[in-house]
Amino acid sequence: MNKRLSPFVLTMLVLGFAFLYVPILMMVIYSFNASRLVTVWDSVHSPTLKWYAELFENSDILDAARLSFRIAAVNATGATILGTLAAFCLVRFGKFRGRALFIALTTAPMVLPEVITGLSMLLLFVALEQVIGWPAGRGALTITIAHMTFCMAYVTVVVQARLSTFDRSLEEAALDLGARPMKVFFLITLPIIAPSVVSGWLLAFILSWDDLVITSFVSGPGSTTLPQLIFSKVRLGVSPDINALATLLVLTVTLVVVGVGLSLQRRERRLSLEAQAAGEPL
Amino acid sequence: MKTEPGPGSAPIVEPVSTPYVRIEGVSKNYGSVLAVNDVSLDIKKGEIFCLLGASGCGKTTLLRMLAGFETPTSGRLWIDGVDVTSLPPYERPVNMMFQSYALFPHLSVESNVAFGLQQDRLPSAEIRERVAAMLQMVELTGYEKRKPHQLSGGQRQRVALARALVKRPKLLLLDEPLGALDRKLRERTQFELVNIQERLGVTFVIVTHDQEEAMTLATRIGVMNAGEILQVGEPTQVYEYPNSRYVADFIGSVNLFEGRLIEDEPGHVRIACEDFENVVYVDHGISAAPDAKVTVALRPEKILLSRQRPADLDNARPGENRVSGVVEEIAYLGEVSRYRIRLSSGRLINVSQPNLYRHADRIAWEERVWMAWDSSAPVVLAQ
Repeated sequence: MNKRLSPFVLTMLVLGFAFLYVPILMMVIYSFNASRLVTVWDSVHSPTLKWYAELFENSDILDAARLSFRIAAVNATGATILGTLAAFCLVRFGKFRGRALFIALTTAPMVLPEVITGLSMLLLFVALEQVIGWPAGRGALTITIAHMTFCMAYVTVVVQARLSTFDRSLEEAALDLGARPMKVFFLITLPIIAPSVVSGWLLAFILSWDDLVITSFVSGPGSTTLPQLIFSKVRLGVSPDINALATLLVLTVTLVVVGVGLSLQRRERRLSLEAQAAGEPL
Repeated sequence: MKTEPGPGSAPIVEPVSTPYVRIEGVSKNYGSVLAVNDVSLDIKKGEIFCLLGASGCGKTTLLRMLAGFETPTSGRLWIDGVDVTSLPPYERPVNMMFQSYALFPHLSVESNVAFGLQQDRLPSAEIRERVAAMLQMVELTGYEKRKPHQLSGGQRQRVALARALVKRPKLLLLDEPLGALDRKLRERTQFELVNIQERLGVTFVIVTHDQEEAMTLATRIGVMNAGEILQVGEPTQVYEYPNSRYVADFIGSVNLFEGRLIEDEPGHVRIACEDFENVVYVDHGISAAPDAKVTVALRPEKILLSRQRPADLDNARPGENRVSGVVEEIAYLGEVSRYRIRLSSGRLINVSQPNLYRHADRIAWEERVWMAWDSSAPVVLAQ
């Protein structure tokens, strides 16, 4: 273990990480700043938690956070169900007519500019409202639907990758032992592909949680998500409580991603070991 | 023993001739590819029937049709008098042991074995009892809580067997059951498998490409090639009396010689082969047109090797069934030695001889030797 990093590589490494994380670090530090001016460090009264305290008294922010969470959770669940179904079609139905088109249509929202997605969703909702009267106005419902359309694509890709290496003989064995196809799915297939489904769910949750562009198109009065609120506040001038809020968001996302990532990694490693043991080609 | 008297109370005696599994004119094609071609086969109750063939011969497709994973393009399948052709796998009284074992990786050994019984909604006490009994039979007591990846290959194979047998299927299908085991374990497992089959009396259908496996396990073998069954018979029958060049060549090794029928009597035939100066004398008749082109199949172990010219056969003319050649290659395998001997015609013959004596003066390379065989040894095959 005598491999030493060359000074050049080390420098690049430090600069790279600095580029990525110094801004966030600055934000975190300034969230403890006592001064009302964001760019001036008040060394007398700092550090302080007063912005955090203020945050939890601000009902606008709390409402927005709650709404964002609700939308993200519902969207993630819906997108996971639809995305898993789409992945099954792609992997299991073989070469059906129009498969290439189906793949393109499922995954297009991933590469489509958000502005386009948002605008087209807005047009759709307006047209629908005129024709069938649903959805009445725009709000949490339309935001959720719009988020599901593009999050589903990500779930499909994640689940599809797992399914394509799934050993069908496990399902055949379950059928052979007397389980009906639906039971086979819930007792055998789903538990084995669960890590990828959970990954898909989390991905959809995070994507929805921090989406601003699409949300702006399809949201209505009274439905302001957290990213929208932050953005509108910043436009009026950055106040220090935004730093505190952003720090909390970063902390939450980091904890969730690291925690779930670690447990998934462990589970996936164990499952792949088990799969190898069961003779499943990987 | 008391029986209820009444109309129709006569004991139902199953006619011995009734097949337990009947495959009737079954074909399967995938697009234009014919995987199984008009196969008809009867399997008796309690048999270990081996489908033997090279990969791609359709044996696995046939097995999968019995399990219900594939539907025959034409033909019908009966199991114990019930037409199962269109039954889905979960309604057939059939279980399968997969080549990869297909153990559920997220379930323990116990849950794997119990899975099938749970699908039948049996009371949990009975499930526990039957799982425990089955695990005891395959000598896996104490491994109940382990996951498949914590087991060795041989243990996994036994879990797969227990899982397939615990539902007491009428028919157990085994896809290359020993394929994934190493040699020593295979030999042991072969006998275990036969013991278990004898104890439970379940009818086995085994698919394998390994002729040794088929010979040890099977009560009968069906040799398949290109989607068709070429020959069905007991292992000795298939080995000693192959009915075609393919079967003779596929099972064991064999020397095949082209020849012409020159004498055809009910009790014996004589065949002239280009490779031998003298004719081949066979002490059993065959049904072929006189002067027909035939193939003579001669197994390597049925040829006797010696330095001196052996005495002529009593019932044959001088020189018949004797030929000399030069030893070109020798492979010493321990229990036998294999020789490749060049005839004067340029043709190579495989001969194997048991190593009976430890300090024998063994035949060496480049030696001129005589080969002789009994008049019962050759098999004459129509071309």
